[in-house]
Amino acid sequence: MSQPFDEISAQLRRRHRKSARLKWISMGALGLAGLFLVLFFADMLVKGLPAFQQARIQVEVDYSERASQLPLAAVQENVRPLVSRGYLRLIPGRMDDNPELLGTTRMEWVLADGQVDQYLKGHHSKLRDSEQAVVDRLAAQGRAELRFNTTFFTRGDSKMPELAGIAAAAMGTVLTLLVTLAVSFPIGVMTAVYLEEFAPDNRVTQLIEININNLAAIPSILFGLLGLAIFINFFGVPRSTPVVGGLTLALMTLPVIIISTRTALRSVPDSIRHAAFGVGCSRWQVVRDHVLPLAMPGIMTGSIIGLAQAMGETAPLIIVGMVAFIPDVGGSFTEAATVLPAQIFTWAGEPDRAFIEKTSGGILVLLAVLITLNATAVVMRKKFERRW
Amino acid sequence: MMNIQVAERSVSPMTGHQSKGEPAVGAPVTRNEEAHHELAIRVRDLNLWYGQAQALKSINLDVYQKNVTALIGPSGCGKSTFLRCLNRMNDLIPGVRIDGLVEMDGRDVNEAKMDEVALRRRVGMVFQKPNPFPKSIYENVAYAPRMHDLVSRKTDVDELVERALRDAGLWEEVKDKLHQPGTSLSGGQQQRLCIARAIAVQPDVILMDEPTSALDPISTATIEDLMDKLKQQFTIITVTHNMQQAARVADYTAFFHLGEVVEYNDTQAMFSNPHTKKAEDYITGRYG
Repeated sequence: MSQPFDEISAQLRRRHRKSARLKWISMGALGLAGLFLVLFFADMLVKGLPAFQQARIQVEVDYSERASQLPLAAVQENVRPLVSRGYLRLIPGRMDDNPELLGTTRMEWVLADGQVDQYLKGHHSKLRDSEQAVVDRLAAQGRAELRFNTTFFTRGDSKMPELAGIAAAAMGTVLTLLVTLAVSFPIGVMTAVYLEEFAPDNRVTQLIEININNLAAIPSILFGLLGLAIFINFFGVPRSTPVVGGLTLALMTLPVIIISTRTALRSVPDSIRHAAFGVGCSRWQVVRDHVLPLAMPGIMTGSIIGLAQAMGETAPLIIVGMVAFIPDVGGSFTEAATVLPAQIFTWAGEPDRAFIEKTSGGILVLLAVLITLNATAVVMRKKFERRW
Repeated sequence: MMNIQVAERSVSPMTGHQSKGEPAVGAPVTRNEEAHHELAIRVRDLNLWYGQAQALKSINLDVYQKNVTALIGPSGCGKSTFLRCLNRMNDLIPGVRIDGLVEMDGRDVNEAKMDEVALRRRVGMVFQKPNPFPKSIYENVAYAPRMHDLVSRKTDVDELVERALRDAGLWEEVKDKLHQPGTSLSGGQQQRLCIARAIAVQPDVILMDEPTSALDPISTATIEDLMDKLKQQFTIITVTHNMQQAARVADYTAFFHLGEVVEYNDTQAMFSNPHTKKAEDYITGRYG
């Protein structure tokens, strides 16, 4: 006699309850993670989006003889503290470039001081009451408004928040990552090819394997120390430069590329290797003509993710001096530079409250680039993934 | 068809190996009348170990040119391992140790001077599962000849691809889609593509490791017909689990058991009148 269904169902009830409970718990965990993500993004957007706008005011600029000596004299005294000092400093230069300006007086939209910007955005500002009254009057006349902040995307760092931009750091990141890619991609891929396709399976290669896997888990600041000790102190690579930053990050990215390349190589079926050996390919021909092309999408994905990781890295770059104050957008591998996360780090430490939105704005830019990179990785994998 | 003279003495490798000049113990003693008698591959006292386990024990075997030789036997008897000795595919497996002679064209294939790439250029291989390259049909065939510098001009390559595909009986089916991926073909077509790929470099010997075990009966029959045709040009050695297949396609059959060649003979003689009890039991389906 076997058990009737009802009896079995009764016994099963507890098991079903348990799996239902687990399902709810895991959905809860997912929901919580999603909530944190939404909160984080919302916070960043609320704090960071204002950074993409900057206050400008319309004032009378007097290109007088005196102004070419003393730029402050170019604007009337009551609006003087409201105009960005960085803008005023440019006036003598502009007068030299355009002599016809001399002696004229024009109404111009000029970059406002960072405090005016904060005041217009409704944040706390250090403006005095009288200055606030002037700003209010200008705003009422339509002579003070928030406009898109091109400065943020075209200039380097500045101590004046209204002039601080992300461009120098972005350029530094590009140069640094180029160095990282140029160093870690070929070395990483060839190392993986050797380990996976050529190396005999013995104690030595096993030891190397274990060490590579451990390398991927080492705190990144240690790579910074390594970079400092080897690249700067031993090889004399100039500090704070994209070269040394890129080399240091390459050390960090190597294990990621090696591990992902090995996984990609291992996923190529052995039947392909046998087919190639069977027609008389040498080992290198097997790898070059058959295994590597099949493994390429996986290798690319791993490398892009490794690079994205390197791009978000700050700690090792602090050690090699890439947290520098870089006001000019550079273009050289051997000049001092900074990178996006280091720029964010620098701004986060500024006492002026106007830098809070710069910090968040920088994070938004960094996130946008990271998401783009990761999306590229996904698209490439989908595009080149071939089922054979 | 059974009027072939059957040898008196039974063939057993267990009587010990003999010096190189004398006929091999494992050699068949009767032959097809029309068969070729020149040796393609001479194997003497071949032993192979996977680590500690001995997989081949003192194999003696003569493979004759332009014949189909079938290797049969139960699973794990060493027939595939033996096949891979002939083009040194066992080199790819770590921990394999080989001693003994595998002689082809007067050279020991295992000698230090022998380049395994050169060997595989002359000893092609077709695998159990069709494994075309993840390239176009055309490229699958053209790749190896180009790599070995047999052809370089585009028209020569075109010609060679067509000839190889015709020889493999695939041309008519694929001539309009040469640039589609090889894997878009059916299993049987893929296997014929693999055969075309193997014969494209004009090897002397083609090794086939259970070439039809992944195929349906119709594709199997096509491949068997093909083997019959190809033996005009090539020496074919095939491993098969299918006794009927061995009886249908092979001129000679070697029965492997536990790493030894128990019996090696003319196929018709082997199937009509096996000399050993083991072979008889296996052939009649009592085990295996």
